[in-house]
This record gives sequence, structure tokens and C-alpha cells, in this order.
Amino acid sequence: MHPVRRQRLFIVLLIIAGAGLAVGLASYALRENINLFYPPAEIAEGKAPVGKRIRAGGMVLAGSVQRQPESLTVRFVVTDYQAELPVEYTGILPDLFAEGEGVVATGVLTEDGVFQASEVLAKHDETYMPPEVQHALDRSAEQARP
Amino acid sequence: MIPELGFFALILSLLLALALMVIPAAGVFAGNALLMRAARPLAAGQLVMVSISLALLTAAFLADDFSVAIVAAQSNTLLPSVYKFTAVWGGHEGSMLLWVWVMALWTLAVATFSKRLPLDMVARVLAVMGALGVGFIAFLLFTSNPFARLLPNPPLDGADLNPLLQDPGMVIHPPMLYFGYVGFSVAFAFAIAALWGGRLDATWARWSRPWTTAAWIFLTLGIALGSWWAYYELGWGGWWFWDPVENASFMPWLAGTALMHSLAVTDKRGLFKSWTVLLAIFTFSLSLLGAFLVRSGVLTSVHSFAADPSRGLFILAFLGVVVGGSLTLYALRAPAVASRSDFSALSREMLLLVNNVLLLVATLTVLSGTLFPLLADALELGKYSVGPPYFNAVFIPLMAVLLAFLGVGINTQWKRSRGNELRRLVLPAAIASLAIGVIFPWAYGGAFHIGVVVTMVLAAWVVLATLADLRHKLRHARGWWQGLRRLAPAYHGMVIAHIGLAITVVGVGLTSVYSEEQDVRMVEGSHAELAGYQFLLTDLSVRQGPNFVAQRGTVEVSHNGRPVATLYPEKRSYHARPGQLMTEAGIDPGLFRDIFVALGEPLEGGEAWAVRLQHKPFVRWIWLGALVMSIGGLIAALDRRYRPARREAVDRADAQTGPRHPVVTSTPAEQH
Repeated sequence: MHPVRRQRLFIVLLIIAGAGLAVGLASYALRENINLFYPPAEIAEGKAPVGKRIRAGGMVLAGSVQRQPESLTVRFVVTDYQAELPVEYTGILPDLFAEGEGVVATGVLTEDGVFQASEVLAKHDETYMPPEVQHALDRSAEQARP
Repeated sequence: MIPELGFFALILSLLLALALMVIPAAGVFAGNALLMRAARPLAAGQLVMVSISLALLTAAFLADDFSVAIVAAQSNTLLPSVYKFTAVWGGHEGSMLLWVWVMALWTLAVATFSKRLPLDMVARVLAVMGALGVGFIAFLLFTSNPFARLLPNPPLDGADLNPLLQDPGMVIHPPMLYFGYVGFSVAFAFAIAALWGGRLDATWARWSRPWTTAAWIFLTLGIALGSWWAYYELGWGGWWFWDPVENASFMPWLAGTALMHSLAVTDKRGLFKSWTVLLAIFTFSLSLLGAFLVRSGVLTSVHSFAADPSRGLFILAFLGVVVGGSLTLYALRAPAVASRSDFSALSREMLLLVNNVLLLVATLTVLSGTLFPLLADALELGKYSVGPPYFNAVFIPLMAVLLAFLGVGINTQWKRSRGNELRRLVLPAAIASLAIGVIFPWAYGGAFHIGVVVTMVLAAWVVLATLADLRHKLRHARGWWQGLRRLAPAYHGMVIAHIGLAITVVGVGLTSVYSEEQDVRMVEGSHAELAGYQFLLTDLSVRQGPNFVAQRGTVEVSHNGRPVATLYPEKRSYHARPGQLMTEAGIDPGLFRDIFVALGEPLEGGEAWAVRLQHKPFVRWIWLGALVMSIGGLIAALDRRYRPARREAVDRADAQTGPRHPVVTSTPAEQH
């Protein structure tokens, strides 16, 4: 083969190998590390897997936040006004966490139907609502209407 | 009246940008030098008009003119003056005006510092930048008017700036980022102008090198500032979250880094020409994509502005025009570019190609992780999120490979390196860095840790291999000082920037492994211990700020009975936004460790607090490294070699083509 062509072939192969590497790495890591969002209604219907990392969210039910004394464990209930999901979390809650506000939590659903959260995200300013929660609420409102 | 004048100035700037897009281009087609010369005054006029607009908006903020909608939304009479000033870019409309101003500034900078370039080239570059200006200003005027009024009933007081943004870091973080994002438009404009003019030789690469480096410096600083801000203000001590908007700034940075390196090959050797053009288009497109992701409200992120579909649509259409148009031009023109390849498998060209492939692969993996949730949502596959585990799993191995190649690449020569000579150069560095890497975790942490070994081996390898090359370059010098002075500034810049990268690597690796944190329940007089430090909460009190009231803790930190620091973590409630509490951490910074105390939330009605204690070794190295990288970039960008002389052939012999490989003494311009 002509040296210039051979070199071009080599460069093209290198780039293809790079692109293949990117696709391979990305799809492998994506399979392991993506978290699907479930609104409380779907969890209540048993659509969410138990023991797998998922995200769940909705509005924090007023009056549901309970702190255990002498520890940082807190329990609260999130709702999309169709179903309710009890959540347990140990640690410091975000500044904007409050009853009647939207949250999204990442964690694992246990056998007894409690969501063990490892991370709780609240909105970032007073007027902002996490899109997943907004979507879940909209859908819940649609189903309630007819 | 004043806000209307600002709006009017903005309309004038749109007209000037239109003229800048059309008149010099017409001059190029007609071969009319007079029309081409109009580019510079038009660029100046555009900047003047946008500056007037920005100044009038700032005046509205300083004068508490709450009849202007964004002043009412983002300011307050009690807001300290410095934050009234920065509140200008605290929301979507104002920050877009800042973006437009930065664009106009870069345009004028190119117009001013390109006096030595051929007139038709300047006209083309400025016409492209004018077209981009038209797009951005139209976006501002038609979808996000910063001067919109709340008449006839303006509110008596404003809703105040988001407390998260009331911080010195926020004063410079957005402008820095914008200078970076928009700065890549210069490399883009040069690339498009080169395609347009059919002059796709090494010279356009040389002209755009300092501009690309300058944009990269700003982006580096902007990202580092953002990370630093997140660390002390937002993230409970986290410094990088792989948040979609962080990724939006990181992707152009990665692609821009690849671009800087491939520009070096195009400039020095006249190779990779089409590739470099493509990379310039890609880098700027990623900047625009970043803007789309942030502005359209499609993301769940700290940076999300209120959603408005028309804005997202506008930017998406603009992105489509920019990418589609430039790729079409590329498809039409690039095949005409003759391509040579006379370098061997072991050469600097090849190693820089590896650098480019790895950086691009990293960019694409970050891109896919960022866009996957959007795609899945659009295709109704479900609401997914892609978290840090994904990004860490793909990004870290790629960077490790990149760093391993970096040390080899620096020691290679253009065209061909002899394997045994290369081995002689880098082997001592390789052995020494292995030794440092294996010994370090024992010496510092008292135990083996594979992550620390890999981090330290790679960081030491980058530094030692760079120094090995430096020593090799100085071997004929009479003294090291004279030798150093004879090396080109661009080479010094490269050495410094690579050492900066190693510093950041050390910071990232060691902080990730050795950080310790603990959430504890504390009342007045409580003790806690973390990483050998003792924490004593001596006092809980209330402090009145200018526009907030804070719960303040006083925490005495000591080490083996010796006092280290007194920290004052606060929980603030802002008067205008009582629902939004702010955590203000108490931090004792240090070169080798930070101590970080934050008040979490009140327990039992405020008698006790959940307190987060953290010990973060080497965390400052992350940002220190970024600073060093920027200094390196600055030194390289100021190299006189890049300022085009009239006679390009008479180029100073520089370090790269110095005594080590006397074969390449001619400049790329001569090789054609």
C-alpha cells in the first residue's frame, strides 16, 4: 500500500477505535448508572423495582415530617395526590426542603414499601419546581379530572 | 425613559451587527476594499451600542427602578450595592445581555488586533462574527427583552437576588465563563473565513492560536471559579457534581483543549487541516449547545432559569443554522484541501492525534450522558437521570490514559522520534513516578490505596516527563537561566500549563480518596472529633446582616489540644425571600487541607443543630492547578510568534524547532 494511504488508513482506524471506545464505555456505564424516575402512583401500583436504585418524588405531605430524637434520621411522605410514599433519610436535608414543596429523592425501595433515600434534592429557588415532579402532578391532575 | 433608551441602543446594535455581517462580505465578493474596511468601525459601533445598553440596565439596577421587570425580580432596596451591580447578570435576560456584550467585545478585539492580517481575511472573520452577533442580539430582543417594564403599577420593592448568587464568586464567575464560551467564536470565525476564502493553510491556524488559547484561559478560570463557588456556597463541600450545566461548560473546554493541540500541529507542520477546522466548528457548537441547555429550561439543574419554550426553540434553530451552515461549507470546501502525511507512528503528530482522539472521546461520553435523559424523555422512554457514577466510570479511565500519553508526547519530536532515544529520555521519569506513586499512600495515609497510587503516578509522570524534556532542551545551554531565556514563551507556557494539570489531578484524586465527613447533632458545648481534629460548638447566636438574619454557630477547632481556627458557620434567612434558607459554611482553608463546618438544620426547635463536619485534604489544589494552567496559557498566548508579521517566512527559530531536530528549520509557510 502507498505509505500515505497506509497512514490515512491508520488514522481512520484510530478514530474509529476511539469512537467505538466512546460508544462502548458510554453504553456500558449508562446501563449500570441511570436512575429511572417513578411518581408515587406508579410505585403504589407496584411498577417500581424493589432493591434497585431509582428516583422518586412529589410534594412533601404537610404534617408528615418526623424527626427521630438524638439522631439525624427523618421520615416524611411524598405524594402526587393519587398515592403516598413514605421516605426515610439520614443526614442533612437541603435548605429548601419543606412541607408542601416538591422534592426528588434518589434511593432504593425496600420490601416493606419504604423508600430509603440516599440523596434528597429540593428546588433551588422559591419559584422553581423539579420538572419530574411537575410532570407527575400534571398527570395526576389530568387523571383526577374526568 | 432610560430603559427605553437602553432598548433603543440594543436595536441600533442589531442594525450595526447586520451591517457588519453584510457590508464586509459584499466587499469581499465585489473585491471592494472600501467596503471591507467598514468592518472595523462597524465592530466598534456595535460594541458602543451594546455597552450603552448594558450601562443603562446597570443604572436601572443601581437606582432601584422596579418598573423594570428584571430589576423587580432580581433586586431589592436592601441589597448591598455590589450585588445590585452583579444582579444585572443574575437572571436570564441580563446575563444574555452580558453575553451579547462579551460577543461585541471579542469582535472589536479581533478588529483591533488583526491590523497585520490581509484585509479580505479580516473582512471575512468579522462578517462571520457579525452574523453571530445578529443571532445573539435578535435572541435578546425577540425572546428576552431585559428592559421589559411592569407598568403602570410597578412594585414598591424587588423580590431580591437569589441568595445563592449573593456572593463574591458570582461577581466574576459568569463573565469569565461567557468570555470563554464566546471566545471560541473567534476560532470558529477564523475557520469559517479560511474555508470561505479557500485559504486553508497553516496561516489561519497560526492567527487563531492566541485567540483560542485566550478563550480557553477564560473558560478554565470560569469553570474553576464555578467549582470553587459550589464548594463553599452550594454543595456542602462538593466541588463537581456532573450537573448538566457544569457539563455544558466542560464539554467546550475539553473540545477547546483538543483544538489548541491540533492547532499546534496545523500551525507547525501544516497537517490535520480539515480536522482542525472541524474541531473549531465543533467546539463553538458545544458552546452554543451549552447555552441551549441552560436557557431552554429542559434540565433539572441549579442553573435552570425559568422555562420558556420559545427561547429554547430560538437557540435550537440558531444552533441548527450554525452547525448546518458551517458543515455544508466544510463539505463543499474541505475536499479541495490537499493533505500530506509524512510522519511516522512514533512522532509528536501521532501523539497529538492520540490526545485529540482521547479528548474527543471524553467529550462525546460526557455529551451522551448529558443528553441521554433529554432523548429518553423526548422518545417517551421514561424520566431518567444520569448521575456521577456514570461520568466517573467513563471519564476517569480516559483521563488516566491521556495523562500516560502526555508524558510520552512531550518528549517526542515532529515527524519521527527514535524509539531508543525516547526511551532514554523518559525512562528515569517513569521509574521515579512509579516510586513516588507507590510510596505516597504509605507515607501520607499509612495504607495502600490504588486510587492514590494511580493519581500520584500519573501526576508525577506528567511533571517529571515535562521536566525531562525541559532538561533535554537545556543540555547545550551554558547555564540554566540563559537556556530558559532562550526557549520560546509558548514552550514555557506549555510546561507551566501541564504542571498545572498535574496539580489539579493531585487535588481531584487525593480529595476524593482522603476526604472525611460526618453529620453530627450538636448543642451548645457539644464536642465532636473528625480526622484528628476536635470541634467544640461554643455558642449559638443570631446575627443581623444587611438584608438577612442569620443563626450563627461558633465552632472552636483544635488539633491535639492546640487551637487551629474559630469558624462561624451560618444559616441565613433573607428578608425578601423568607422561604429560602441559605447555608454559609465556616471554612478554615489551607494548602494541604480544608476544615469545613456547615450548619445543617435546626433540631428540637433550634436547641440543637445537625452539623456537617468535613476534612478535605488537598482540595485547593484543584483550583490552584486551574490557575496555573491559565497562567501557562497566558504566557503561551502572549508569544510574539503568533502575532503575524508582514513577512511570515522570517520566523524566530523557536524551542520546538531548536537544536534537537535540526531537520525542521523551515516554517510551515515555506513547506507549501
